[in-house]
Amino acid sequence: MTVDRPGHIVLEQVTQRFALPREGREFTAVQDVSFDVGGGEFVSIVGPSGCGKSTLLALVAGLVPVTAGRISLDGRPVDGVTPRLGFVFQRDALFPWKTVAENVGLPLLFRGVAAAAARPRVAEWIARIGLGGFEHYHPHQLSGGMRKRVALAMTMVYEPQIVLMDEPFGALDVQTRNLMENDLLDLWAQFRRTVVFVTHDLEEAIALSDRIVVMTASPGRVKSVYEIGLPRPRSVTEIRFHPDFGRLYETIWKDLKDEVRLGYERSRHGLPG
Amino acid sequence: MATSAAATVSRAEIRLWRAGLLGAFLALWEVATRRAWVDPFFVSQPTVLAAQIFDWVRSGFIVRHLLVTMQETIIGFVLGTLLGVAVGFAFARWQTLAHVFDPLMVALNAMPRVVLAPLFILWFGLGLLSKVVMVISLVFFVVFFSTYTGIREVDRDLVNNARILGASPRHMIRHVLLPSALTWIFASLRTSVGFALIGAVVGEYLGAHEGMGYVISYAESMFNATGVLAGLLVLMAAVIAIDLGLKRLDARFSYWKPIAK
Repeated sequence: MTVDRPGHIVLEQVTQRFALPREGREFTAVQDVSFDVGGGEFVSIVGPSGCGKSTLLALVAGLVPVTAGRISLDGRPVDGVTPRLGFVFQRDALFPWKTVAENVGLPLLFRGVAAAAARPRVAEWIARIGLGGFEHYHPHQLSGGMRKRVALAMTMVYEPQIVLMDEPFGALDVQTRNLMENDLLDLWAQFRRTVVFVTHDLEEAIALSDRIVVMTASPGRVKSVYEIGLPRPRSVTEIRFHPDFGRLYETIWKDLKDEVRLGYERSRHGLPG
Repeated sequence: MATSAAATVSRAEIRLWRAGLLGAFLALWEVATRRAWVDPFFVSQPTVLAAQIFDWVRSGFIVRHLLVTMQETIIGFVLGTLLGVAVGFAFARWQTLAHVFDPLMVALNAMPRVVLAPLFILWFGLGLLSKVVMVISLVFFVVFFSTYTGIREVDRDLVNNARILGASPRHMIRHVLLPSALTWIFASLRTSVGFALIGAVVGEYLGAHEGMGYVISYAESMFNATGVLAGLLVLMAAVIAIDLGLKRLDARFSYWKPIAK
């Protein structure tokens, strides 16, 4: 694949093992995973719980070094955290002792952006996520959806070329979730960053993505990759009624369900899954 | 419903009960000593105590001694806290250090400091220094353990998020580790201030020529129950005042925490 836009991710034969010192053995979280994500592409990773989806994101982010294989961003191998990358965590990792404005401004402060230059950018993002008037609130005073939007603004304010999202909307109620998914699609259409989105919700993955990577139960490998040709711009609530949506869902689910069952069986028997 | 009735007892009513009970206790004490049911030589008498405290305050005697104790408490508390935070950070930062010194810290903390007081007096004299060392030895461990725990228990997601957002090691300390540890330090603050005052008073009690501990110890050597009790009451008032102040301080510093249910 040619590097058309920045934000091109390549994974080659990526394997990740963790030592389980108490049990005196190793646990393989992901094995021989290879796929790539084009610059500006929206790719979702789906798979049963415990298949190493989140591990993959941590590896791409450079939070954890890979055991074997290679990951590169725009041709440069990942060897630690890079400033061009953003990460939206499963739990909104907001700093509870900082206000909304301070949270959103934090990455700019870390980057040494002068306060005078940072202020309008922070204000712009707070307005964009619809939290004008809440600048001086602390995270505990906000609803789950609001906190998620702050986390999103905190990531987008420094304009990373790659945004990794680890089940970001999992904890939200369905209505808020759909609204946030639409907001995310709008942002993505506007900024065209590369997005790697981890979820266990297949509907969400189809509604949002260009492509879907299906993972096997632990140890996670790539089972199949699907092209989602649904028209854009999409609304997550309406795209579900598109005639191709059901067909895609059925095809991918057929692939996924065995893995989900396998993952579930293992977790019931207390095996690492 | 009995439970809901109990829950709706007003604050004023509770205060009234407290005042009433305290009044009844003082009245009983006064009457019992006046009627010679109990010998006031051993238990003193509320009116005599009040007169004694009034006299101390008027003459400025008690203010001088209280100030001495407060000075020792505050100096020792500040130094002990700074030391505890610094060592706690160092241990969290350099794990090897923590592994090597962990048994030593546990052992030192297990040592009853009150028994060490005579040694401190021997080493550092009858004056301010021995009391400050005593206070430090008590405060340090409380603050050290909460700082160390606070840093180790810091939310891993927050640390990872800060890394992704581009935090340098200095940023990490300033914006993540320190605020996280501060909540633990503040949680232990009221305990450590109490310890600080105990340290100062015990130090004075065992060897000094001024301070509240000395006042109490001197009264005791004269078999003066009124002096001992009056000294205790003054100390009690001081502790309550400090505690109220700390409660306010705590509320100011934990503004970001949800109000406890």
